[in-house]
Amino acid sequence: MRVKDALGQYGERVAAAHLIDAGMSIIETNWRCVAGEIDIIASDGRALVFCEVKTRSSLAFGSPAAAVTWVKQRRMRELAVRYLAENPGKWGEIRFDVVAILRPRTGATTLEHLRDVLS
Amino acid sequence: MVATPDWPPTARNSRGYGIEQRLAGVSIARAQSVAVSGVDGQLVEIEVDLSSGLPGTTLTGLGDKAVSEARDRVRAAITNSGASWPNQRITIALLPADLPKVGSRFDLGIAMAVLAANGAVPPAAVAGIVWMGELGLDGRLRPVRGVLPAAVAAHRSGARVIVVPAENGPEAALIDGIEVLAASTLSELMAWLCGKGDRPPRAEPSEAPTTGRAVDLSDVVGQAGARRALEIAAAGAHHLLLQGSPGAGKTMLAERLPGVLPLLDRAAALEVTAIHSVAGTLARDAPLSLVPPFQAPHHTASVAALVGGGAGLARPGAISLAHRGVLFLDEAPEYRPAAVDALRQPLESGRVVLHRSGGAVTYPARFQLVMAANPCGCGSPTGRDCACTPMARRRYQQRLSGPLLDRIDLHVTVHPVPRADLLGGPGASGVGESSDVVSARVLLARQAASARWSEHGWDTNSLATGSVLRSGRWRPPREALRLAEQALDRGVLSARGFDRVLRMAWTVCDLAGRSAPGAGDIAEALSYRTGTSTGWAA
Repeated sequence: MRVKDALGQYGERVAAAHLIDAGMSIIETNWRCVAGEIDIIASDGRALVFCEVKTRSSLAFGSPAAAVTWVKQRRMRELAVRYLAENPGKWGEIRFDVVAILRPRTGATTLEHLRDVLS
Repeated sequence: MVATPDWPPTARNSRGYGIEQRLAGVSIARAQSVAVSGVDGQLVEIEVDLSSGLPGTTLTGLGDKAVSEARDRVRAAITNSGASWPNQRITIALLPADLPKVGSRFDLGIAMAVLAANGAVPPAAVAGIVWMGELGLDGRLRPVRGVLPAAVAAHRSGARVIVVPAENGPEAALIDGIEVLAASTLSELMAWLCGKGDRPPRAEPSEAPTTGRAVDLSDVVGQAGARRALEIAAAGAHHLLLQGSPGAGKTMLAERLPGVLPLLDRAAALEVTAIHSVAGTLARDAPLSLVPPFQAPHHTASVAALVGGGAGLARPGAISLAHRGVLFLDEAPEYRPAAVDALRQPLESGRVVLHRSGGAVTYPARFQLVMAANPCGCGSPTGRDCACTPMARRRYQQRLSGPLLDRIDLHVTVHPVPRADLLGGPGASGVGESSDVVSARVLLARQAASARWSEHGWDTNSLATGSVLRSGRWRPPREALRLAEQALDRGVLSARGFDRVLRMAWTVCDLAGRSAPGAGDIAEALSYRTGTSTGWAA
């Protein structure tokens, strides 16, 4: 397994734990379809939350949250539509969150939870 | 209280990793700047909102390309000045949102509002100041155009302090009643606002010297008749056509006209400075010049170069840069007829309205037109060796349209200089008067005219309307008018030409210090309308 994939999996574990701490329940992780993958799908009260996790080990290439580009945002929408087509349900709200994690070689790991990023 | 954007944050939760702490709804900051359209400024409020969300910057408010590129310039300038760029969703609004914003002058205001929203400088200090300036990537403040109209607008809307780039300081400081601070770098301003550095220095106004003419009227050899015409043109602000063979001294005479014109008063000089500020042609160290401007565009000039133009919002042309001064068209028939005819409307109205996709702009354009023309295209020094056919001569002379020539009061023939005048010797007319001597007479004549027409609001004879000149109070006595009436009867003079003769006669009489034009004054004035021998129609 490559180092960056290991870092990604670590980040997704930390993110899932954070979402549970924040009072959300995880419905699915790493949901895949032909168009790609949704890192975490969770419910937050009446809201269905599609969550993208971005993990980095340094700020050399900008903050992790800044890596969620416009193209990636468009893909998040498309994946959500595909998921809802396969898993219909009555949700009061559909939300897109980003959890950005920085795990430097030395020092503490930091986490940033951005809610409702596609509004 | 705004959370520090520094990464990583210090708060930790039970799992041992830090959580970004941000308080919602508090990170709005404001700064002020000025948008300039034509020579008018309008205050612009810059609002910056930081909200949680994916990092990114949106800029609203009808900015042009230079404004939207400000995002990247400001970001680099802030990070290179030792502050951090908010890692948040940044919304920048330039208000009023429906006013088009042009240029890089908003960079500093945007940077200040972002820094204030981010807590790097006190928001209250930023909001009360008008900020103008372009930012380099290293945080240096670079000069912008249109600072004088911006300072006027800032003062009019009640602002007390304006911060401008150091190079623009002397220009902005021409406005009284507003404190102008001249800054060089963004970091200097941040240190000042945080109380860690000195206040940027106050800019001092400076004026260009009015002495030390480069050219003087005493340089002109002989040419008594043309010098007299130049003096009349200066005293009455009459438009002037100099015709004559090449080398006779037409260009030399025209270049000496600004030197005999009275110096501008402060209000007029500020108008001139504002136009040159917008055009970006101002001398940075001494922006205010009391010497009337002199513009001599090359004869290849386009319509847009002459009257103003350009994409989006029109820029001032040569006629506006010559506002309150002299526009000199050397070799006038060589200009494109369309370009010269475009001068007709501004000649009447004293301003030009230019409509472009970005909106309509009005520039002042009250200039004195001086044209020089050869009698024909071959340019032989004396009329004798002219090789042109009569047809070719006529075609050359038709290049200046009748309606334009009709608006020019003085038509003067400049004769070749005789050998005796050029080299001295018996029969020489001696050294002519200097510009100082002539301008003293011109000033007295202008004061007389200005006092006479004060109830009409005219300050020169050239502005007087025909109806007033012909009315009972100002109408010269019957016997003085006889020559002009005969010319009118014979059809040598048009009705409009008659009014122009009256106008010039008043100038001649002002120069002589008389209270009303006599027969001699009218005869002299008449000679400038009908005395043409080389064929340019009067």
